[in-house]
Amino acid sequence: MRVALFLTCLNDTLYPDTGKAVVKLLTRLGVDVDFPMAQTCCGQAHYNTGYRHEAEPLALHFADVFTGYDAIVTPSGSCAAMVRELYPRMGERAEAEGRGGTLSAHLAPVVPATYELTEFLVDVLGVTDVGAYYPRTVTYHPTCHGLRSLGLGERPYQLLRAVKGLELVELPGADECCGFGGTFAVKNADVSAAMGADKIRNAESTGAQALCAADNSCLMHLGGTMSRLKVDMRPVHIAEILASTEERSAR
Amino acid sequence: MSGTFLGMPAFPKAAREAVGDERLRANLRHATHTIRDKRARAVGELEDWEALREAGKQIKDHTLRHLDRYLVQLEEAVTAAGGIVHWACDAAEANRIVADLVKATGETEVVKVKSMATQEIGLNEALEAEGIRAYETDLAELIVQLADDRPSHILVPAIHRNRGEIRDIFHDTMKNWGRPAPEGLTDEPAELAEAARLHLREKFLRAKVAISGANFMVAESGTLVVVESEGNGRMCLTLPETLISVVGVEKVVPTWRDLEVFLQTLPRSSTAERMNPYTSTWTGTIDGDGPTAFHLVLLDNGRTDTLADEVGRQALRCIRCSACLNVCPVYERAGGHAYGSVYPGPIGAILSPQLRGTTSEIDASLPYASSLCGACYDVCPVAIDIPEVLVHLRERVAQGGPAVTRGEKVVLRPARGHAAERAAMRAARWVLGSPGVLRTGQRFAARTRRLHPRTLPGPGRAWSASRDLPSMPAEPFRDWWQRTNGGKGEAQ
Ligand code: SF4
Repeated sequence: MRVALFLTCLNDTLYPDTGKAVVKLLTRLGVDVDFPMAQTCCGQAHYNTGYRHEAEPLALHFADVFTGYDAIVTPSGSCAAMVRELYPRMGERAEAEGRGGTLSAHLAPVVPATYELTEFLVDVLGVTDVGAYYPRTVTYHPTCHGLRSLGLGERPYQLLRAVKGLELVELPGADECCGFGGTFAVKNADVSAAMGADKIRNAESTGAQALCAADNSCLMHLGGTMSRLKVDMRPVHIAEILASTEERSAR
Repeated sequence: MSGTFLGMPAFPKAAREAVGDERLRANLRHATHTIRDKRARAVGELEDWEALREAGKQIKDHTLRHLDRYLVQLEEAVTAAGGIVHWACDAAEANRIVADLVKATGETEVVKVKSMATQEIGLNEALEAEGIRAYETDLAELIVQLADDRPSHILVPAIHRNRGEIRDIFHDTMKNWGRPAPEGLTDEPAELAEAARLHLREKFLRAKVAISGANFMVAESGTLVVVESEGNGRMCLTLPETLISVVGVEKVVPTWRDLEVFLQTLPRSSTAERMNPYTSTWTGTIDGDGPTAFHLVLLDNGRTDTLADEVGRQALRCIRCSACLNVCPVYERAGGHAYGSVYPGPIGAILSPQLRGTTSEIDASLPYASSLCGACYDVCPVAIDIPEVLVHLRERVAQGGPAVTRGEKVVLRPARGHAAERAAMRAARWVLGSPGVLRTGQRFAARTRRLHPRTLPGPGRAWSASRDLPSMPAEPFRDWWQRTNGGKGEAQ
């Protein structure tokens, strides 16, 4: 199976450790991972802010880079949802605008091949125990796109429960949005900050040492809020927990 | 009522004030979380909820596709049953029709059944200008009216008030509108309800004219339907001599059978009840029973323009259950008034900019009043993909494009104030469109990382006012990948 890592522009630039963790984890599970160097961004920020036409060339570029792989794995529920849910819609809109089916045809091969990391582990590789070790109390925030667009459901919890040393504690109001929402965090900063603060208060109430999610965009917002509110908890991407072993444990 | 909706500040500014109001936030949080949990339980009882949701969606889509046909059928049936149908293309026309109808009866007072349509057109204010006083009879509407306030929720217009505030409003203002509040009124719910009952009874028994909206109109028989919890609506629908119903054209359904679906999904979604305490239906006029004159004012007011939009038209499926408001994290913090419209929350954010256009500052800001979390879509009993429409309307605001305004095809220009964002988006697309440029940028950022501030200037300031920025890593992933040959050159 030819597996490509789509790291996303945010992880590549700001969170390289998440990428390294995915490589380490998948390699440990016997997957030969490729990182196509030409990859950039799925175009979600453009699309969601109302710049669909600016997002199209980015989607086309994504398809150029990733067509031909059997699976495209990404440690971002939000970017996986962009490809799987919104690329087909972009194609439909182009058709409705009288531009024919070219865009749809071009994007079609990458749509079903794209998996969010936990989906790939559970559904494709069929593993829930990835042999990880992480001796901390953790609470999990499911993030909106993972929860509602992709329907990740139990998968991340199954994976976390199988981690040795890890104590998973339930997050009150888990299915509520953390308030990031891409440009929403800037355009409606006050509401966004209030939502983030409530999420952190809920996480804090669990007594967990780490707040885990499968999306660094939400974790960036939540981590920034924690740091500002001086809350003693660390934001951590699920890939980093799953990659962590007794010999080499993540922070 | 004080304050008009248009001319409101844009959403972010209005929301900032609400976020800072502790009492408002506590009231909203308490109310929305209570109803949210109850709704989830009521919906969970039905095994075929998803099928009902799909059926509701299909019925509405079918009706909207053949709206012209069903409206004509409805008009014929209403007329045959002794009613009179009037068509109103906009708010001004609807208000004029209603005012003329009331004046023709010689009355200067009317009682009102809670109705979103009449609020949308500002009917109470229009009647006031003609010397006609309209009394709201729904408990929450009464509170809003007595307080000279604006409604902030579709179903519970006074959701932003708590019991103590309501007691004060009754105590201070009921006397100006009719029967005063009883002496020594406390904030016990039963006492408050009794005070409202006594105050309203006087109105019901005196009124000769009633004005209502309708939740549904059945085309095959010309029947109108109102569902409610208190029974005040039924008093208005049966006691007066003249009944005037103002209803949006999208409220028509073809047959009684179709109603079956909505009479299950609406109460569970809105009040978390299995059935409405009161479901009233009326068909034209009947000798010796109920009003002797019945007028139906069919309201367009931007609806056919909305219908012309392929993506946005799904907003017309809305049955105004308000479930989307109750689950919305943005509504919970910003409150209903911030939306600057009688339709607040997620549905308001997609309906108002379609009915009114995106030219005003508030309407241009509404499509952005969402983090696109999708909770509204999940609960909507007619499966309106609100996030999809929000993004579609953002495109209209940011980039302009084709639309239909007052029946004419137009090409809208982008709303003002988006030039800088558009340029930034283009620049970002250029950087992200070519890996080489992206890489150069990443390297530059990594090398200068010690110089990066933890707060941002310009539009980014809003971000860093309440959150710290992440620190820049020494090396982007792609450089690591290349340097270590995919991690193989580095001990794992
Ligand atoms: S959009 Fe859906 S959930 Fe919201 S009020 Fe309308 S029908 Fe209810």
